[in-house]
Amino acid sequence: MDLNQKRTRMVDRVDSVDPDLVSPESTPMCPFPDEVLEPVLSLINSHKDRSSVSLVCKDWYNAERWSRRHVFIGNCYSVSPEIVVGRFPKIRSVTLKGKPRFSDFNLVPEDWGADVYPWLSVLAKAYPFLEELRLKRMAVSDESLEFLAMNFPEFKALSLLSCDGFSTDGLKAIATHCRNLAELDIQENGIDDLGGDWLSCFPETLTTLQVLNFASLNSEVNFNDLEKLVTRCKSLRVLKVNRTINLDQLQKLLLRAPQLTELGTGTFTQDLVTRPVADLEATFGSCKNLLTISGLWDTNSLYLPVIYPACASLTFLNLSCAALRSFELAMLLIHCKSLRRLWVLDTVGDMGLEAVGSWCPLLEELRVFPADPFEQENVAGVTESGFVAVSRGCPKLHYVLYFCHQMTNAAVATVVQNCPGFTHFRLCIMNLGQPDYVTNEPMDEAFGAVVRTCPNLQRLAVSGLLTDLTFEYIGKYAKNLEILSVAFAGSSDLGLKYVLGGCPRLRKLEIRDCPFGNAALLSGLTKYESMRSLWMSACNLTMNGCRVLAKEMPRLNVEVMKDEDSEDSQAHKVYIYRTVAGPRRDAPPFVLTL
Amino acid sequence: MDHKKTTLDLFNNVDLATELTLGLPGTDNQPEIIKSSLSGNKRTSSEMGSSTCTDENESRFSPPTKEQVVGWPPVRSYRKNILQVKKTESEMGSGMYVKVSMDGAPYLRKLDLKMYQSYEELMKGLQVMFKCIIGLYFEREGYNGSQHVPTYEDKDGDWMLVGDVPWEMFISSCKRLRIMKSCEARGLGDC
Repeated sequence: MDLNQKRTRMVDRVDSVDPDLVSPESTPMCPFPDEVLEPVLSLINSHKDRSSVSLVCKDWYNAERWSRRHVFIGNCYSVSPEIVVGRFPKIRSVTLKGKPRFSDFNLVPEDWGADVYPWLSVLAKAYPFLEELRLKRMAVSDESLEFLAMNFPEFKALSLLSCDGFSTDGLKAIATHCRNLAELDIQENGIDDLGGDWLSCFPETLTTLQVLNFASLNSEVNFNDLEKLVTRCKSLRVLKVNRTINLDQLQKLLLRAPQLTELGTGTFTQDLVTRPVADLEATFGSCKNLLTISGLWDTNSLYLPVIYPACASLTFLNLSCAALRSFELAMLLIHCKSLRRLWVLDTVGDMGLEAVGSWCPLLEELRVFPADPFEQENVAGVTESGFVAVSRGCPKLHYVLYFCHQMTNAAVATVVQNCPGFTHFRLCIMNLGQPDYVTNEPMDEAFGAVVRTCPNLQRLAVSGLLTDLTFEYIGKYAKNLEILSVAFAGSSDLGLKYVLGGCPRLRKLEIRDCPFGNAALLSGLTKYESMRSLWMSACNLTMNGCRVLAKEMPRLNVEVMKDEDSEDSQAHKVYIYRTVAGPRRDAPPFVLTL
Repeated sequence: MDHKKTTLDLFNNVDLATELTLGLPGTDNQPEIIKSSLSGNKRTSSEMGSSTCTDENESRFSPPTKEQVVGWPPVRSYRKNILQVKKTESEMGSGMYVKVSMDGAPYLRKLDLKMYQSYEELMKGLQVMFKCIIGLYFEREGYNGSQHVPTYEDKDGDWMLVGDVPWEMFISSCKRLRIMKSCEARGLGDC
């Protein structure tokens, strides 16, 4: 694996060489002419597979780069736009991710970077026929959105997830100028919502929309314009409206678009019924293709049942905006026999989770979010017994995100015994440093059980009172682990050393508030080039330790974020990532690249 | 670690026995302070108690278990907003509930007047609740043509026809509602 990584880097360096000048080495080893190779390779979509293909030989490298249509860049600073466009001449779709994940929780200062504009200006010249852009945790300004709208005449799909820096004015530009728009997916962004009139900017001639998601915006849109838009876009399959859309309006929209496969409702209750509930129920019954329902804000026992007729074929139900109680969830789930993914609030309680175990045997993914994350006393929520109940009834469960206030080692061991197929195990015990509440021991054995029992584990988030033993287990057993999140855990440098010494597949490691210091950091010297990134904040790192790392590993960017309050010698927030683009040229003053 | 010690010094008034510890189990019970945030508004603030802790922060100190740490629990801010809106709505729900009786109905209902902004909305609500038809109120004719007439008892204990006074005045004086059959109601509206 390491050998391959080295080859990747070398191959990247070859990019600056003009391919025409390189003597064509189609050798007896590689008898296929490009005309054959390229169409075959064009059937390969996974970027990991394409990466492997490109390493076979120079011919395959060239054939792959000419046939690639979609490029995925997991860290926008790992490569420069110039290098990307130099290597791949015919890209139609770009996925770009920016800030470290902990920026979702306010740990990354504003103006840190990940501005999409420099990318757009290069992409506009190289890929004027770009069709899709998917951005996650990027800084996106209205100017960038306007530039996008004006410079890419074939543009079809825009997806913005956890981005910030733009307002609804930027959306206006997209709606107005993108004549072929098929997808507008705006999720969870730090957006300045100046009003809903952006929606009215879609021209009457636009009929190509397939995906429209504005659920996370707050302002009211013009309902007439929305209804007309939905009516004329016959291929619309995903519609997720915001909370301002009421039930009557939703009903009208559903009657116009019974072909929807994914629906996000608006507010799902009414004070005044202007149409009987039976009508609404019938409308849901007429939507035969629904696979996903989300939204359902404010719903209650009176209105939630109207979706029952659509539930039998649902595969994903997102109730994370609906504070349901256990019996409401239970009554609903009886109808949801095909469910594979379920997101709920912890208001459903352990009893609600028992219903999940009883009625959803095909369940693969469960996420339980806290309704009241900052309330520390008198909280109900879910406990270990709900977790166990789900695992008993849902043997196919492989993805869990579980927020709770208490847990036991025994319960977690039982859960993974029932569901050994876990690929993603994210447990968040919300009280800091909370031990097993029955035995009062650390939660080491819980995560030990997870890594021992689940050979396919790719992603792990740990919590509770944890000693270095947890990390010893992880380093030793988690052979397929790619992403690890650690907070307020561990006792000494050993913890991090164990992880860095094991976990051969580790790609992303994010750590906050742990007693890991320079020795631990430096123990992973050779590992960081095989990883996408490492984040460490509020640990025991010093500037000197980071400088040593930076000196030893010139192909890493070792960035320290300075904070007014911390001492000069402390490295308070450290972000380390491999890159072929060298140090950032756009770093703000508080980011020091060592 | 240097600034942990300084933090401990600053917080030596706290009962350390109740602090959470990151030490190994079985080690002596020297608790360490859970890192706590400074001002919650400062996005660049240290997650750890800083050695340059200001007076303001010292006076705001409360036991770490209750202190909110920046970015913990790891819940996205848009989720917090959803839930906050929910909370305010239920806090506002100390509504204005009045009893509503309907002639001929075996039991009474309760209605939150705050849910309505006008007589029209109230009538609609009543109609749904009792599955009756009240119709519109005409100033000269009263509820002519309808089977039922809404009346209310005001602060003085008098039974009044719904609709005469401005809405705001109505909801502040209405103590209970009664939906009368129109044959009985005759005489209330006639002048």
